[in-house]
Amino acid sequence: MKHTISVLVENKFGVLARVAGLFSARGYNIASLAVSETLDPEISNMTIVVNAEDEKILEQINKQLNKLIDVITVTDFTKKDHAERELVLLKVDYSAKDKAKLEAILKKYFAKLIKHKDNSAIVEVVGEQDQIKNLLEDLKPLGIKEMVRTGKIAIAE
Amino acid sequence: MTGADILIECLRREGVELIFGYPGGQILPFFDKIYDAKINFILTRHEQAAAHAADGYARATGKVGVCVATSGPGATNLVTGIATAYMDSIPMVAITGQVKTHLIGNDAFQEADITGITRPITKHNYLVKDVKDLPRIVREAFLIASTGRPGPVVIDLPSDIQTAESEFIWPEEVNIRSYKPNYFGHPGQIKKALKLIKQAKKPIFYIGGGVILSNGYMELRELAERLKIPVTWTLMGIGAFAADHKLSLGMLGMHGTAYANHSIMESDLIIAVGARFDDRVTGRLDAFAPNAKVIHIDIDPSSIGKNIKVDVPIVGDVKNILGQLLEEIKTGPDIGAWLKEVEALKKKYPMSYREKSKLSPHYILEELYDLTKGNAIITTEVGQNQMWAAQWYNYQHPRTFISSGGLGTMGFGFPAAMGAKLGCPDKQVFDIAGDGSIQMNIQELATCVCNKINVKVLILNNGYLGMVRQWQELFYKRRYSHTCITSPDFVRLAESYGAMGIRVTKKEQVRPALEKTMETDNVVFVDFVIESEENVFPMVPAGKAINEIIEGLA
Repeated sequence: MKHTISVLVENKFGVLARVAGLFSARGYNIASLAVSETLDPEISNMTIVVNAEDEKILEQINKQLNKLIDVITVTDFTKKDHAERELVLLKVDYSAKDKAKLEAILKKYFAKLIKHKDNSAIVEVVGEQDQIKNLLEDLKPLGIKEMVRTGKIAIAE
Repeated sequence: MTGADILIECLRREGVELIFGYPGGQILPFFDKIYDAKINFILTRHEQAAAHAADGYARATGKVGVCVATSGPGATNLVTGIATAYMDSIPMVAITGQVKTHLIGNDAFQEADITGITRPITKHNYLVKDVKDLPRIVREAFLIASTGRPGPVVIDLPSDIQTAESEFIWPEEVNIRSYKPNYFGHPGQIKKALKLIKQAKKPIFYIGGGVILSNGYMELRELAERLKIPVTWTLMGIGAFAADHKLSLGMLGMHGTAYANHSIMESDLIIAVGARFDDRVTGRLDAFAPNAKVIHIDIDPSSIGKNIKVDVPIVGDVKNILGQLLEEIKTGPDIGAWLKEVEALKKKYPMSYREKSKLSPHYILEELYDLTKGNAIITTEVGQNQMWAAQWYNYQHPRTFISSGGLGTMGFGFPAAMGAKLGCPDKQVFDIAGDGSIQMNIQELATCVCNKINVKVLILNNGYLGMVRQWQELFYKRRYSHTCITSPDFVRLAESYGAMGIRVTKKEQVRPALEKTMETDNVVFVDFVIESEENVFPMVPAGKAINEIIEGLA
C-alpha cells in the first residue's frame, strides 16, 4: 500500500542523501519524492510516497527517519485529513483533427495547454492521483509523447 | 587560534585524555599541534587498529573513544572500525583529514568522500566547511556519540580549515532541536509492564548490551533478585549479570546454553532489556518463544517491534526504567514451579566438553578464569575463539567482555585490547584470538611493545579458520574450501617485535604458561596448539528454532 509521508528536515547539504540512503539501505521503496523550501529557510520539506506492504514496515520507516539527526518531524498523512496534489507536464499530439477532442478533455480535468509548436502541445495538469490517472487514460488515444511529474506534495488540514 | 588549536582545545574540554591515530598529508596541521598538547597520543600501525583501539577504550571505560586519520586511504581504513562501533552502539568520535575545501569534489590526491562513505555506519557525521562552526560541531559530535543510543560520529576536517584563523568561542550548551532522546519510561507503560509481570507464571529476563551502556546492571541485579526471575543474556550483555549467580542462565542463541534456549522457549513473559532480538538470538522467528508476552525496554524506539511483536514497549534509558520498576514493585509473582523447571533444565543440559588428544580450548579458558577470578578484561577476535571465550569464562563484571557482536569483525580483539588496557591500566587484559583473526591486525605488536601496552594474546591455534571450517564440516560435507591456513611462528614473531612468546602444546603446560603470562611485564603471545577440528557446541543451525540444538559434546 502507498503511504504519503511528510518529513521536515534541517536545510543542510547531505540531508537528502541521508534520507535516500536510509531507504535504499533498508530496502524500502520510494514511489515519489518532492523536496522544497518551507517558510523557514532553515527547514526543508520532503514529501515521500512509499510502498509499504504492512504497518510494521511503515512503523520502521517512521522510526528510522526519526533516528536521523537532521530529521525534525515525520508525519504520515495516511490517517490524517490533508490535501494532496501533483503537477504533471505532458507533451501530446496536436494535430488539427483532434484539437477539439483534446480541448474537451483538458476542460474536463481543468488542465491547461501551455504552448504548442508544430504538431506538439505542452499540457499542464494539477490534481489528485486518481484525476491524473483518468486524464492519462483519456488522453492516451490522442497520443502522449512525453510525461514529467513532480511527485505528490501534501499538506495537513 | 587556528582550526587545529581550536580542535585540540575542544577535545581537552570534552575530557579527552587519549587519542589513537595515524598521520598523513591532510591532517598535518592537527599533528603539528598535538605534538605539544597534553593529550596522550598513541600511534598505531594501521588506521583500522586506531578505530578498534578507540572502540575498546570506550567499551572498557564508558568514555568516548577518539581516533584520528588522514584523508582518503587513512579515512577509508577507519571504516571497518567505525562500522564495528556502530553495530554495537559504542560512543566514538573519528576525526579525518580532508583535502582543502576548494579541492573537494575534484578527485584530488588522497580525496575520498568519507562523509558519504560513512553515512550508513555512523550515528551522524559532519564535514566542516567553516572554522567558526568547529567548536559547535565538536560539542554536538560528543553529545550525539555519548547520549541516547550511543554510536560513532565522524568529523571530516579539510586541511585549510585546520589552518584557518578564528576566535575561539566555546558553546556552553548545544541544543539540537531534532535530537531529544527519551530518558524515562512512560508511567502508563511502566504500569502495564508491572501488570504483566504480576500475572506471569514463567517470566525471564533477556538482557543485552544496553544494560552495560546505560550502567543499569546494579538495578538489573536488584530487580532480578527481588522478583527471583532468571536472567539470560546476549553476547553483548555478557558481564551485565554475574555468570555464577543462581538466577543466571548464561548466554542464549546460536551458541548459547541449551538451558537458556529451552527456558526462553518455554517462558510466558520475556522482559527484554537493552537487547534487540537479533537473528543470532531468536533463530527462526516464527518459532521463537511462542507463548511469551514481551516487555521491551530500549532507548531506541526503532529496536522495538522491528523483529518481534511487543506487548509493552517502554522507550527510555535502561537504568532509569529499571529504577522506575524497582520503585513500583516490591515482590515478584509466585513462580516457584517455574524456577524448579529452569533448575531441571540446567541439570538436564549442562555445558560440557570432551577432552581429546590435543589441547581443549575450553580447558584453557577455565584455567584462565580460575587464575583471574573474573577480574580480567577479556577481548576476543571473531569466530570459535569468540564463542569459547563467551561460553567458558564466568564473567562477573560489566565491561570485562569486549567483543565485536553485531558486525563480527576479525582483527578487532588485539587493538581493542590495547584500548582497554590503556583505559584500565590496573587490569590484566587478554585477547582471546584465533590463528586466523590475530593475523588481521598483528602489526599492532609494534604499537604495544613501543608504548608498553602489556596486553596478553592467547592464540587458540587450530590451523583453520575454525568457525567457517565448522560450518563446512556440518553443512558443506567437510569440503574445507580455503579454511586451512598457515601461520608464522608466533613465538619468534612476538620475539622479533620485542614481545615475549610462549608455545603450549600440553595440558599440564597451560596453567604455568598462563601464570608466567600474567607475571610478565611485557606483551605476551601464547600460541596454544589446540585440537584442529574442535567445534563450538551447543549450536543452533542457522534458520532453525533455538530449541533445535546440536548438543555435540564435541
